[in-house]
Amino acid sequence: MTTPIKTAVELSACREKLQAERDPQRKVISICAGTGCRASGAIKLGDALRGALTEKGLDQQVQIRPTGCQGFCECGPLVVMHPDQTLYQKVKAEDATEIVEQGLGEGQVIDRLLYQDAEGKSYRKESEVPFYRHQKHLLLANNSKIDPTLIDDYLAVGGYGALAQVLAEMQPEQVCATIKAAGLRGRGGGGFPAGVKWETCRAAPSADGVRYIICNADEGDPGAFMDSALMEGNPHSVIEGMIIGAFAIAHPGQPIGYVYIRNEYPLAVERLRIAIDQARERGLLGKNILGSGMDFDIQINKGGGAFVCGESTALMASIEGFVGEPRAKHIHTVEAGLYDKPTNLNNVETWANVPLIINRGVEWYTDIGTGDVSDNPWGGSKGTKIFALVGKVNNTGLVEVPMGTSLRQIIYDIGGGINGGKKFKAVQTGGPSGGCLPESLLDLKVDFDQLTEAGSMMGSGGMIVMDESTCMVDVARYFIKFLAEESCGKCVTCREGLRQLSAIIDRICAGKGQEGDIELLEELSTVVMDGSLCALGQTAPNPLLSTLRYFREEYEEHIRDKKCRAAVCQGLITYSIVAENCNGCMICAKKCPEKAITGIKKEVHVLEQAKCIRCGICLDVCKFDAVLVE
Amino acid sequence: MDSQKLETILDKHDRQPAALLAILQDIQEEENYLPKEDVQQVAKALSISLARVYSLATFFSSFSLEPRGKHICTVCMGTACHVRGAPKLVDHIRREFDVPETGTTKDLNLTLETVNCVGACALGPLLILDQEYHSNMTPAKLDRVLKPIKQD
Ligand SMILES: Cc1cc2nc3c(=O)[nH]c(=O)nc-3n(C[C@H](O)[C@H](O)[C@H](O)COP(=O)(O)O)c2cc1C
Ligand code: SF4
Ligand code: SF4
Ligand code: FES
Ligand code: FES
Repeated sequence: MTTPIKTAVELSACREKLQAERDPQRKVISICAGTGCRASGAIKLGDALRGALTEKGLDQQVQIRPTGCQGFCECGPLVVMHPDQTLYQKVKAEDATEIVEQGLGEGQVIDRLLYQDAEGKSYRKESEVPFYRHQKHLLLANNSKIDPTLIDDYLAVGGYGALAQVLAEMQPEQVCATIKAAGLRGRGGGGFPAGVKWETCRAAPSADGVRYIICNADEGDPGAFMDSALMEGNPHSVIEGMIIGAFAIAHPGQPIGYVYIRNEYPLAVERLRIAIDQARERGLLGKNILGSGMDFDIQINKGGGAFVCGESTALMASIEGFVGEPRAKHIHTVEAGLYDKPTNLNNVETWANVPLIINRGVEWYTDIGTGDVSDNPWGGSKGTKIFALVGKVNNTGLVEVPMGTSLRQIIYDIGGGINGGKKFKAVQTGGPSGGCLPESLLDLKVDFDQLTEAGSMMGSGGMIVMDESTCMVDVARYFIKFLAEESCGKCVTCREGLRQLSAIIDRICAGKGQEGDIELLEELSTVVMDGSLCALGQTAPNPLLSTLRYFREEYEEHIRDKKCRAAVCQGLITYSIVAENCNGCMICAKKCPEKAITGIKKEVHVLEQAKCIRCGICLDVCKFDAVLVE
Repeated sequence: MDSQKLETILDKHDRQPAALLAILQDIQEEENYLPKEDVQQVAKALSISLARVYSLATFFSSFSLEPRGKHICTVCMGTACHVRGAPKLVDHIRREFDVPETGTTKDLNLTLETVNCVGACALGPLLILDQEYHSNMTPAKLDRVLKPIKQD
């Protein structure tokens, strides 16, 4: 059925029909087919399950539903059996027959595929697993319920209901006021109140009524993937948010929509494209949307792999077909942005919050989170935030929690602590503009203002956990090098300053650090921050300064003692063989690319330092803890 | 690229200078890199300077002005993959395949590229070989994954 939906009433009728047609007791096997689970073999698994169902003649009774990321990528591929909601993890194609033969009957459970915690306790349902139990899924809630390539799935869970309500019952100004009252702050980095931005853009003059509505899906923070998960798993929620925004900001003028999306996310691009096409087919994009008199459509622009293009003015230059260089914001983009027209740019997650606020109301929304936004939209952080919890933590994946949840709750209750029984060292938040926070700040309540106060920032929601085997100087070196490469080159302080910072840190990591280097780093950082035009340069030294603030002794050790306590910096470490543990299995000698290890079977091996290039392969392959790095 | 194909791409984007990035992306998708003749043709067709086309093509890291190898191996160097040892993978591949700074081996068998995050950070380090994703990579595991292309 692809007849366009012309009014709010037709939309409700369509939803009711879909809901009536769907049997809540129907057996559905949902398979996570997000990027992470695909990398772990979800596609093969899907084929195997389909094959097994056909073989048993069950392919009509049981439905297979590929979904977007469900958060627990670490344990993928994930399978959820509906209606029982039994969660199976790390499922392989070889398990398909068993699932079909022994997992579909009343009360049947395949124990060996259930999630088990470190103590060996099994959990059957997703909602019981500790990783999920401590979260609050609002934005991610529908990811397991819908096939993102089917608009009917989104409609059946109430999708586009918020849009219908807005178009039928509200004035544009009222919508702006609602978003402002809800205290929704931008999830792309700055935490600017969305409602305030919308109102300013609406008020900005535009002779022909054109106003651009843009979704920033560039997700440049390397190590974060919440925006990609939203677009892969629930693209219509982002589109619905944008249509509501178009109405609030530009109606009765001419809103024009763009999504600027990262090219490295082929799956997200594909899912978004399908979703936009389907929304158009149904009349939810295009002319006279739901009889409101508003015309609005969305175009997709793919980025070219430049971090700086996530910055608002650079992004707009890129859409216009120019190099993505930021410009000075004497005039704000809400007044003169894309093609010099009033332009409203919000992040993917910001847009996805909009339908939620309309559906559940301001009061409900402001109950979640910190502070008080009743007369100051900057007065707190409301709603939930999705974090990409990655690095050296047991349960890696996407985590959605109320603003104000402590780092400790996120890393220990949800993340299950540090892996391999190692010791926590730091958590990095805020991406390349953010900072590293030490153990003493684990009880910090995560919201926009607390993170900034601690010398880091919310950023887009990357959260990288580091343990004692992570070198903090190396982390700073990584970010500074990243930013030096990504600097657009317009400002001398950013282009050259970062290059020099990078060279000094490289020197320190190579064991050639000198007295005075730390002071030089600090001085140069000030110059980069003060002299650069856009936030890339202005915040670039943050990872360096925050590690200097909390982990200064590691820099001092690198410089004075020529020692890297985490055994990461290649210029400062040596590999050796521990004679007591070596049983002469010969694997290291076989794998060493430089033939630096010699020895005969069942006898202690010898490592020749002069030949060793410190690649770490021997450490990797030795099963008997006989290779030591220090 | 044969001129018919290029025309189709240009028409698809209405020959708009604003679509320059998208046009170059389409060309690279077909040709695996941006051939010089095509870049010149694009400048002419859109009535913009060759300098503008090249400034865009060199600004964005996803473009290659040189032919790329038969196999493309992309290592994620995003933060999550970095802290879990991605740099060691790059070192290892460089060594094993004798990859020069340009990234492409002399025999055009392999192009080694790095990227800042592919959105599977929970499973790092990530490696993509000819569009197939491999998670939790280690130098030791690499040998197995790269074996088929070594014999090519
Ligand atoms: C160098 C740089 C990179 C940025 N990258 C992104 C990005 O990838 N995604 C994003 O949403 N915002 C990014 N931002 C922030 C945007 O400039 C902008 O503030 C944001 O998209 C506004 O949306 P919001 O108010 O909903 O957060 C970046 C900013 C800078 C300075
Ligand atoms: S601060 Fe850096 S990235 Fe920003 S405009 Fe200047 S040179 Fe470009
Ligand atoms: S670190 Fe690498 S080069 Fe050195 S001994 Fe071990 S395997 Fe050989
Ligand atoms: S991709 Fe499957 S859980 Fe994230
Ligand atoms: S950091 Fe490697 S996939 Fe994100």
